[in-house]
Amino acid sequence: MIEVPDAIVCESCDAVCRRTPLRPRQVARCPVCDTELDRHPGAQRRRILPLTIASLVMFAIANGFPIVEIELNGLRSQTTLTGAVIALASEGRSLVALLVLATTLLFPLLQLLILAWLLVPLAQDRQPRGFAVLVRSMQMLRPWGMIEVFLLGVLVALIKLSGMATVLPGPALWAFGVLTVLLTAVLSFDPRGFWDMLADTDTDTDTDTNAEAQPGVERGA
Amino acid sequence: MTTTTTGATTGERAVTAGLLPCRYCGTVWRDAHDGEACGRCGTTLRTRKPDSLNRTWALLIAACVMYLPANLLPVMITRSLFGTQSDTIMSGVIFFWISGSYGIAAIIFVASFLVPLFKLAALFVLLVTAGRRSAWRQGERTRLYHVIELIGRWSMLDVFVVALLAGLVRIQGFAEITAGIGIAAFGSVVVLTMLASLTFDPKLTWDSDDALPAPAPPQGKHTV
Repeated sequence: MIEVPDAIVCESCDAVCRRTPLRPRQVARCPVCDTELDRHPGAQRRRILPLTIASLVMFAIANGFPIVEIELNGLRSQTTLTGAVIALASEGRSLVALLVLATTLLFPLLQLLILAWLLVPLAQDRQPRGFAVLVRSMQMLRPWGMIEVFLLGVLVALIKLSGMATVLPGPALWAFGVLTVLLTAVLSFDPRGFWDMLADTDTDTDTDTNAEAQPGVERGA
Repeated sequence: MTTTTTGATTGERAVTAGLLPCRYCGTVWRDAHDGEACGRCGTTLRTRKPDSLNRTWALLIAACVMYLPANLLPVMITRSLFGTQSDTIMSGVIFFWISGSYGIAAIIFVASFLVPLFKLAALFVLLVTAGRRSAWRQGERTRLYHVIELIGRWSMLDVFVVALLAGLVRIQGFAEITAGIGIAAFGSVVVLTMLASLTFDPKLTWDSDDALPAPAPPQGKHTV
């Protein structure tokens, strides 16, 4: 098999398009079906590592503190995200608990950890271990992290409760808000860009190690 | 602001030009066979997602079946000094509407009722037209697919609301909220429709030309 480097195939309609160099802020679209083909990475490659680290810090705050506290007739009750998951599980709704745990905690955390794992070595011009598998995992996890939907859910729940009890927003609520903004920026990075970043480190390092530096070559040949 | 360029097309489709793109890393290969591993990232190369139509149909039918209990069974049970109250998705919307929170009522109505229904209907249209290799409104059908992909996740809203309320409102004797069985059915509808849209191959929408080879039948990992 031979690589055709100057071609892009549209993911939506299979049209073969020519890969054109893009200027900053430029987006290439498929002339047949208007699907986005390619996008200039801009300053994203420099920003993504600091954003990932900030997201991890916010993630810790969002999960370590109560999201909200209610007061009713002098009695108080509060919950964290984990508390809500445990409550669901103890009520016999283990599958729902698992779904909430996965979409709001496990998957977003995994995404951030994989990003950090890939980006730190790349920033030092080293090849991260398990590169191909992890980039693919990033792409597979993408639809399943739902922090932003959860934030909207928290707001709806707060409004629902405000009629029957005194509602005191906790520190985690603000952290979830900031985390949503940060994650939107972090996850807008197309994981395919990792391959270009890897190619950039290859040209910088000694070409003798090239065979080792390209995972999949031995598998694909 | 983003300026847009349109890539020049060779007027051919990869399947007829003998090219095979990698779904994950985006490289394009000549003289590669269906089932071979991508030379860059090692992913199995496929002309079309394997057995896409059948698998998507199965997931869609399962989602339709779960849609009924999701809307009929209680998603939330509130026990307070004034008695026990069971809420379905719709009664939750009506509660907000009556109490004057029209905005919230509209958000929940759209996210929990309209979006899942729209997804089921849209997937049905995409599957039927792709199955008949129809050339009808291919551009619009592709856009419809992108809309489904974009909005599907927002239906999880009600699952999160119930989860949070169940975790929070646990004041013994005064007020207690537990999750009803309906929320499990509702969550499964969201997951099943998301899986269905991931399994559907949008390229099938454009496989209307009779000259094209039939979509690759399901086969073993390595064809020699």
